Amino acid sequence: MSRKVILCRCEDVTLADVQHAVKLGRGDLEEVKRYTGFGTGPCQGKECLREVARAVAEATGSDPATLSPFTARPPLVPVELGVLAAAGRSPTSSTRK
Amino acid sequence: MSARGSSNRADIVIVGAGVMGLAIAYNLAARGGRRIVVLDAHYLAWGASGRNGGGVRQQWSTEMNVRLMQESTEICSRFAEEMGINVWMRRGGYLFLARTKAAGGQLERNVTLQNRCDLPTRMIALDEARDLVPELEIGPGAGSSGGDATRFVAACYNPTDAIVFPWPFLWGYARAAERRGVKIQTGVPVTAIERQGDDFVLTTPAGALTAGRVVCAAGAWSPRVARLAGGALPDRPVRHEILSTEPLKPFLKPMVSVIESGLYVSQSLRGELVGGVSMPEETNPDGEVRLGSRLDFLTTMARGLVTLMPRLGHVKVVRQWAGPYDVSPDGNPIVGELPGVPGFYVVCGFGGHGFMMAPVVARHYAAYLEGEPPHPFFTAWRADRFTPGGAPPSVDREEMIIG
Repeated sequence: MSRKVILCRCEDVTLADVQHAVKLGRGDLEEVKRYTGFGTGPCQGKECLREVARAVAEATGSDPATLSPFTARPPLVPVELGVLAAAGRSPTSSTRK
Repeated sequence: MSARGSSNRADIVIVGAGVMGLAIAYNLAARGGRRIVVLDAHYLAWGASGRNGGGVRQQWSTEMNVRLMQESTEICSRFAEEMGINVWMRRGGYLFLARTKAAGGQLERNVTLQNRCDLPTRMIALDEARDLVPELEIGPGAGSSGGDATRFVAACYNPTDAIVFPWPFLWGYARAAERRGVKIQTGVPVTAIERQGDDFVLTTPAGALTAGRVVCAAGAWSPRVARLAGGALPDRPVRHEILSTEPLKPFLKPMVSVIESGLYVSQSLRGELVGGVSMPEETNPDGEVRLGSRLDFLTTMARGLVTLMPRLGHVKVVRQWAGPYDVSPDGNPIVGELPGVPGFYVVCGFGGHGFMMAPVVARHYAAYLEGEPPHPFFTAWRADRFTPGGAPPSVDREEMIIG
């Protein structure tokens, strides 16, 4: 059954994939992201993060509130290269240290 | 916990569970007979091994790097079968493009050297480059004279270069090392390294660990680890950024790179375009690793990409991130025993190509640690070339550090 439950629709990551990653010792969302690739597609985790977090919490027996989300990467939404190219030179900005 | 208990004793402790540290651990363990522990402050793939572009190329300007990367590419091509994990390797070659005569001359010198090393690189006509990548904007009046900055003047191509998905290399090396008895501890930062007789005692939040020898495989974080042991390293971290697009149908065969701008872009087996571009090096007096993302990179890279392939204008960027290049004063790596700290070994300063070099460097590093005759890179890249009165400086400067 868990093989047919898709948690990350961008990258086709199933509940079984997440459970397998946890079984191999990948206990937090950054590691599960890297092992399964969940959250790396066009939605960047906006659709799947909560579902995967719940699956990881269930598989590890931990409180979902103790799980930190993975680092959010810019841009906030997908942006066309042509739009960015036309944006020209902008002052350097930093999202994180 | 007692540092003297046998369970807290290792023959060799490797600091850093990136591809270099894990590959050295695996190669040592494959020889057997040593108790090996790998420590990392974060999780697997947190550092540069999880942040690089996945290029595996043999086109270099020094014979040392060409030959090492021939061997490393061979290891990579067998990795999936031998380690039982898919590393998404694709041998689509590398296409280098030059906009200036000076860069074109560099490519020609590279090709001569690479052919001498039996690499099938060749200079190709711009029309052939366009056949390889029809989306390329070769430039107005290609082949004629003119000073247009968007025009290319030279190209070279090696079909046997490759790209990989970096992350599975870590899982593969880690699993194979653990099966051979290596203990890998993640989330365990080393906070102190002290001498105790001939041993080192490493302090961590998980307890103390005693080791006969320490290998610092911490990449751009190596100077910090060396300082804990009372040593000094001259390499510095330089932030480089990468972006990734939405997945597209396969269309881009080779990795494409432009010498002058340092732009590189490839299409992974997942369909995403992945690439970066040179940015001015920021001042960084404190030498700290900086991993923030910058809008300036995003717009610079976007301009470079749509100039190179105008059809990409409607392709969407989904993610950008940063990682450190670990850059030594002369651009060459730093390996071997650290001057003044016997028993403390370093393997750093790979300047952005440590990931692709790790499979071959680690193989020879394990042999070196086992007392076998060292590979010539241990002489060329020895650490004491930066100490007054030490070894003479490296003769060959690598000109093909991209990004």
